[in-house]
Amino acid sequence: MLREEDKIFKNLYGFDDWSLTGAKSRGVWSNTKEIIEKGSDFIVEEIKSSQLRGRGGAGFPAGLKWSFMPKDSGKPHYLVVNADESEPGTCKDREIMRNDPHLLLEGCLIAGFAMHANTCYIYIRGEYYDEASNLQKAIDEAYENNLIGKNACGTNWNYDIYLHRGAGAYICGEETALLESLEGKKGQPRLKPPFPAGAGLYGCPTTVTNVETIAVAPTIIRKGASWFSSLGRENNTGSKIFSISGHVNNPCNVEEEMGIGLKELIENHAGGVIGGWDNLLAVIPGGASVPLIPKSICDTVKMDFDSLKEVQSGLGTAAVIVMNKSTDIVDAICRLSHFYKHESCGQCTPCREGTGWMFRMMEKMVKGSAQVNDIDKLLDVTKQVEGHTICALGDAAAWPIQGLMRHFRPEVERRIKEYRFGEVA
Amino acid sequence: MKHPGMINKVYNISDEIFNWSEENFKKAAVIIKKYPDSRQQSAVIPLLDLAQRQNSGWLSKTAIEKVAENLSMSYIRVLEVATFYSMFNLEPVGEHFVQICRTTPCWLRGSDKLVEVAKEVSNTKLGETSNDKKFTIVEVECLGACCNAPMVQINDDYYEDLDEDNFKKILTDLKQSKKITKGSQIGRQTSHPQREKNA
Repeated sequence: MLREEDKIFKNLYGFDDWSLTGAKSRGVWSNTKEIIEKGSDFIVEEIKSSQLRGRGGAGFPAGLKWSFMPKDSGKPHYLVVNADESEPGTCKDREIMRNDPHLLLEGCLIAGFAMHANTCYIYIRGEYYDEASNLQKAIDEAYENNLIGKNACGTNWNYDIYLHRGAGAYICGEETALLESLEGKKGQPRLKPPFPAGAGLYGCPTTVTNVETIAVAPTIIRKGASWFSSLGRENNTGSKIFSISGHVNNPCNVEEEMGIGLKELIENHAGGVIGGWDNLLAVIPGGASVPLIPKSICDTVKMDFDSLKEVQSGLGTAAVIVMNKSTDIVDAICRLSHFYKHESCGQCTPCREGTGWMFRMMEKMVKGSAQVNDIDKLLDVTKQVEGHTICALGDAAAWPIQGLMRHFRPEVERRIKEYRFGEVA
Repeated sequence: MKHPGMINKVYNISDEIFNWSEENFKKAAVIIKKYPDSRQQSAVIPLLDLAQRQNSGWLSKTAIEKVAENLSMSYIRVLEVATFYSMFNLEPVGEHFVQICRTTPCWLRGSDKLVEVAKEVSNTKLGETSNDKKFTIVEVECLGACCNAPMVQINDDYYEDLDEDNFKKILTDLKQSKKITKGSQIGRQTSHPQREKNA
């Protein structure tokens, strides 16, 4: 269990004051100037040696990503914070933004300075109205107290933070789609390369990072990289906010150490599965995009990037969706297929056509009105979509179906047989 | 499923001309200043949002044209944005725009039942506006409050930890123009595991 003093998010639930006064009492903005005076190389090195991996889903090493920013490009540099939290199951960034916005803002300044950026845009999903309002108030407070703006924190570094609200599109959580959207266009992903670090927002060097990654940075630097890497295990260090939803007694967000057992996480924090652990059917361990794992794997699996990869799933955003035996598992995945069909941006043919086709086929699987060999056909289509699109939405649409067939194929076949048998009778 | 944010044609019966209110005109100027010179196109989403707020929850053709004019964009570029993003409604909506989350985490905790409640209280179908223009009921994809499932967004606010009874009460109160409280409906502090408030 993560000790209380090792928690980074001390006001995760908003019991305490979220404004500047409250934030300062929790140690935010306390020695920002000192940290910045240590220089950008120091900050990047510290993040690298903490082995922090991006918290937005892909788990890319954060320090490495920051170091891709050129030192002197002659163009303005941008830090763009991805607060377009739309992955089904995920609701962690929301708590950071409404309950501890200054933690994020301080992270923006430090990370932005490390990337030689003078401007930061926070792209928040449009539906988060209260969160945006708290964050805007926090930004105003920070400007008033000269924590950001001209000569931010007395460091001679000019730093502007702007809040930009989106308007409801899951795809804008993809970094290049987010940049397109921020430039005032449809949120359709760009081909990479060029990567944003070379040509991002307005063609300038840009880094797009998740809210949680940015918000943990100041604490890592204050307490030291070795403190952070002492939590969790090699390559999967630190603590992480887990969002536990679905069939548990007490759904909640909770900050825990990386590598905590899934069973321990659910039983200690979320009050256990409804109907007891033996009533568990399956868990989607990292937001809608990752394949589900059945109870047999849930019994022992550890919640970190590499452990979940070993069982052909992923940590993703650490959004744990729990399903007990009352769940119609095929319909649960069918709903996710509907989600991807709805959110496909329409740019690449395999995804635009494939997500709709997969959803319609999944609808048949729910009823059982498909043929048994349709299962292989469906799997074949998921393979044809996966990896053949500009962004990862195609992959994300394919994986839940592959996970379902990997672990629950007999159930799908049973429905088809039952449906056909019923027809004959 | 019909959703006023998911249609691709412009609703054009109103002959009203959209003009910024004085207050919103100032707000628009502040928004445009957030972006670098010659990059004012970035302000298209915030400006459309502002226009939609002023125009009782939907965007008319003249509102889209106004935004295009303000940002020196061609009309089609703004229309493209207005149709791409689901939060822009291209049809008039009711006073209370009720968006029920249908994605798996909410569905696991009973969002289906909420749809039935909403249909019953508002006396309308999914994707439609009630005759008294009080409600528009739609199903939407994940709104990002999964630990407080099932949940519903009504206009700007989230209503969380719902069940048939408390959701029915919310809608009935809205129908009678009573005040309702946003957030968790079971007295839970944000997404804290405890079901009752206690620090």
